[in-house]
Amino acid sequence: MKDQLPAIQIDDLTVAYDYKPVLWDIDLVVPEGVLMAIVGPNGAGKSTLIKSILGIIKPIAGSVKVFGKPYKKQVDKVAYVPQKGSVDWDFPTVALDVVMMGTYGSLGWIKRPGQKEKKASLEALEKVGMLEFKDRQISQLSGGQQQRIFLARALVQNASIYLMDEPFQGVDATTEKAIINILKELRKAGKTLIVVHHDLQTVPEYFDWVTFLNVKGIASGKVKDIFNDDNLTKTYGINYKVAVTQ
Amino acid sequence: MTSIQVEIQLIAALVAMACAIPGTFLVLRKMAMISDAISHSILPGIVLGFFITQDLNSPLLILLAALTGVITVVMVEFIQKTGLVKADTAIGLVFPALFSIGVILIAKNANDVHLDIDAVLLGELAFAPFDRLEVGGTDIGPKSLWVIGTILLISISLLILFFKELKLSTFDKGLAATLGFSPMILHYGLMTVSSVTIVGAFDAVGAVLVVALVIAPAATAYLLTNDLKKMLVLACLFGVFSAIAGYWMANLLDASIAGSMTTVLGILFFLVYLFAPQQGVFSVYFRERQQRKEVSLLVFLLHLQNHSDSKERHVNHLQDHINWQKVQARTVLDLAKRNNLIQISNQIASLTPKGEEFTQEALRYITTNKETAIEELKTKFFLFRG
Repeated sequence: MKDQLPAIQIDDLTVAYDYKPVLWDIDLVVPEGVLMAIVGPNGAGKSTLIKSILGIIKPIAGSVKVFGKPYKKQVDKVAYVPQKGSVDWDFPTVALDVVMMGTYGSLGWIKRPGQKEKKASLEALEKVGMLEFKDRQISQLSGGQQQRIFLARALVQNASIYLMDEPFQGVDATTEKAIINILKELRKAGKTLIVVHHDLQTVPEYFDWVTFLNVKGIASGKVKDIFNDDNLTKTYGINYKVAVTQ
Repeated sequence: MTSIQVEIQLIAALVAMACAIPGTFLVLRKMAMISDAISHSILPGIVLGFFITQDLNSPLLILLAALTGVITVVMVEFIQKTGLVKADTAIGLVFPALFSIGVILIAKNANDVHLDIDAVLLGELAFAPFDRLEVGGTDIGPKSLWVIGTILLISISLLILFFKELKLSTFDKGLAATLGFSPMILHYGLMTVSSVTIVGAFDAVGAVLVVALVIAPAATAYLLTNDLKKMLVLACLFGVFSAIAGYWMANLLDASIAGSMTTVLGILFFLVYLFAPQQGVFSVYFRERQQRKEVSLLVFLLHLQNHSDSKERHVNHLQDHINWQKVQARTVLDLAKRNNLIQISNQIASLTPKGEEFTQEALRYITTNKETAIEELKTKFFLFRG
């Protein structure tokens, strides 16, 4: 550990659309080097939490610190994998080009990506098993392949923190395994990963850290300590067992 | 060709190129109709600018009018953000209001303003060469050629400088924001360039037809390529082609040049829409027919695999058993035979080892029903093409 600062520290964060609070007084500390799931029912504010960390949504109260500083000063330390549906896949471009977009942040304005950026992007494509699709028009990729392209794009950002909004959505079992293996590798390399996750069954297998969220923060900590009936009930109500015991 | 003819075509071509560049991004951002709003609502800006400068080609007038265009965008977005009306309604509310202010201004000051409503709507390219630019007493060409040339040059320079940023923020606004490229700045930058271009083109092609020059070349190019750079180049080429072909069509028919240009663009789009190799109506139709054939083939092979008794596999009974028309049964049978998937002896069809293997594999894909597996199956199917 370079320093003792947590990867992300959130204090008293409140976000509201119009009058309706979506996140209510959230306090959250994410230590460096964890692979963390954010779980909670629909409308719990999981995506909103990620977007607030990135400053895409302005909170009405509270603060977010990335390694002790506001996000704006740490832009290059954070990579974001949005939901697949957030972009138009009919855009005229190919897989490799989308991955290269991840390098734009380190280039800054005007400067064009060159050989170095291309090489890094090809490596990222190889890591997610998509090298053979590098010249494929993006609308010709399946949902799982599109998700891997997004992951590759985040990899080339070479960040310390990865924020992912449902990377397993609409993805088959093979792709899910491939993605989780990459995430585990990243954690081994000391990265911090925060993943919005829906499938409660796989939480203990995939993640070592978990945050329960339902508008308010319910609990956050090591999976083996806090992933239990008590917290699940508080987050999901009494029906959660259907999801877990299946 | 007289020099006047050359000049008109040159102006028309530059106008078309200048419109096609921002047009490509507007089409990709699903904001094509904002160009309609801008082209109409700049009218009061042009009239007011004319009162001040008394010169339709003055840079000040162009900037004033372009500012009206940007204000239009701001107003549309403001109304939209209230959530009370949808985007298209907001556009429909703003631009007619501004346009009609311009119309009233012209009507009230008809004697002072060298503008009439016809020219506002349709433009008049034919007169463009008569307004000359002189430097130190020497004639250096039509004013509007210089105006639109300058605008095009600025537009191309900005495009080259900020291509990466424009591409990123058009494809993924969220990522652009998190990487520190303000989508807001890029959005209003694009809106400013669009407004300036439309003002520059206004004189030549008018408020209504300029929309076609912005949207049609980009929309046509979009059907032909999967590469943003190629799309930009193609859009410019289509624009230039429409300018030259439109000019000669107007010459032949003794009609409006702008009208003819737009007609050429319309025809061009329609032809590409029908015949584009990947996304054209015809190729989509043939591809879908091919796919239906492939699915039928699979059904047929599965049927052969499922049934061992010869009655079920008799060539003539195919129609009864899987309820197919004669033609369809014949096509599928031929396809299977041609690809060496079945053999027929004594009118009884049976799978070859290759057919057996393929059917097994297809069956496995179907039962696991995985998204990527289906992709692979499709690739396998392509083997049967042709």
